[in-house]
Amino acid sequence: MTGIEIYLAIGVMALVNYFTRVFPFIFFIRKDPPSSIIFIERFFPAIIMVILIVYTLKDIEFAVYPYGLKEVSSVIFTAFLHLSIKNYLISIFGGTIFYMALIQYIN
Amino acid sequence: MKYEKELKKAFSISIPVLMGYIVLGFAFGLLLTSFDYPWYLAPIMSIFIYAGALQFVAINFFNAKAGLIDIAIASWFINIRQSFYGLSLLKRFKNSGKLKPFLIFSLTDETYALLTTIKDDETLNKKYYYLFLGLLNQFYWIIGCTSGAVIGSYVDFNTAGLEFSLTALFVVLCIEQYKSLKNIYPFLIGAISSIFALIFIPSDKMLIVSIIIALIMMFFFRKRIEK
Repeated sequence: MTGIEIYLAIGVMALVNYFTRVFPFIFFIRKDPPSSIIFIERFFPAIIMVILIVYTLKDIEFAVYPYGLKEVSSVIFTAFLHLSIKNYLISIFGGTIFYMALIQYIN
Repeated sequence: MKYEKELKKAFSISIPVLMGYIVLGFAFGLLLTSFDYPWYLAPIMSIFIYAGALQFVAINFFNAKAGLIDIAIASWFINIRQSFYGLSLLKRFKNSGKLKPFLIFSLTDETYALLTTIKDDETLNKKYYYLFLGLLNQFYWIIGCTSGAVIGSYVDFNTAGLEFSLTALFVVLCIEQYKSLKNIYPFLIGAISSIFALIFIPSDKMLIVSIIIALIMMFFFRKRIEK
C-alpha cells in the first residue's frame, strides 16, 4: 500500500477500533446482552489468539526445507519461557531474539 | 496542581504498563520502518488507533494491500473482546461527563486490567484518576512506537525475524487465555479453522475465512463448549 491507501486503512482501523470499545456503552446501557453475545465474549478471544498465531506464520513455506521448524521451535520456546518465568516481556523478547538468531545465523 | 494526588496514584500503578508499552511499542516502530514505511505513521497510528495487536496486524494489511472491507471486518474481530470490557465499566464511567468518550477510547487490555484489578481509592476524584491513567498509558505507547520508528529509520538494524515479536505476543496471550478459561475446545476450534484456511485458502483471505469457520464451529459445538 502507498500514501492515501495507508491513511484510509488507518482511518478504517481507528473507527472500527473505537467502535469495539464504545459498543457496550451504546447498546447495553439499559438492557442486558443476549446469551449468544455473552457466549462469543467468553470464548472468542481464545479462538482468535490461535488464529492470529497461524495468521502471522501464513507466509512460511511449510513444504520446503526447513519445513517451518524454526517457527515451530520458536513458538515452543516462547511458550516454555512464558510457562516457566511468567513475565510477558521476557517471553516476547526471549522468543523474538531466539527466532532472529535462528533466521540470521543458521541456514 | 488541583489533581496532583490522582496523577501520582495513576502514575504509580501504571509503571508496569510503562515498561511494557515502551518495549512493545519500540518493537512495533522498528518493524514498521523495517518495511520502509515512513516513521511518522508510528505516532499517527498510536494516537488514532491505539491498539497493540491491531497495529502489528496493520503492517500485514499494508504489505498485503488488503481491501478496506476486509480490514474493517478483521479489525472488528481482532478487537471484539474490547466490546465486553465496557460491560463491567458501565457504572463506573457513568458520571464522567465530557471525559467519557476518552475514557472509553483508552480501554486497552492493560488499562482495563489495571482499572478492574486495582481497588478504587475513595478519596480520589475518580474521573480524573481514570483520565490520567488513560492518558499516561497512551503517552507511553506513543513514545515507544515513535522512538522505535525514528531509531529504526536512522540506524540500520538487521531486523530479519523481528516480525516474530507479534507471533510471540499472541503465543503469550493464548497461554493467558487458557489459564483463565481452562477449556480446550476454543483452542482446538482456532487451530482447526486456521490450519484448514492456511492449507486451502489464498493467504490474503485466510484471516477472514478462519474467523468465519471458527464462528460456525463455535455455534455448532456450543453445548459441548459450554458444558
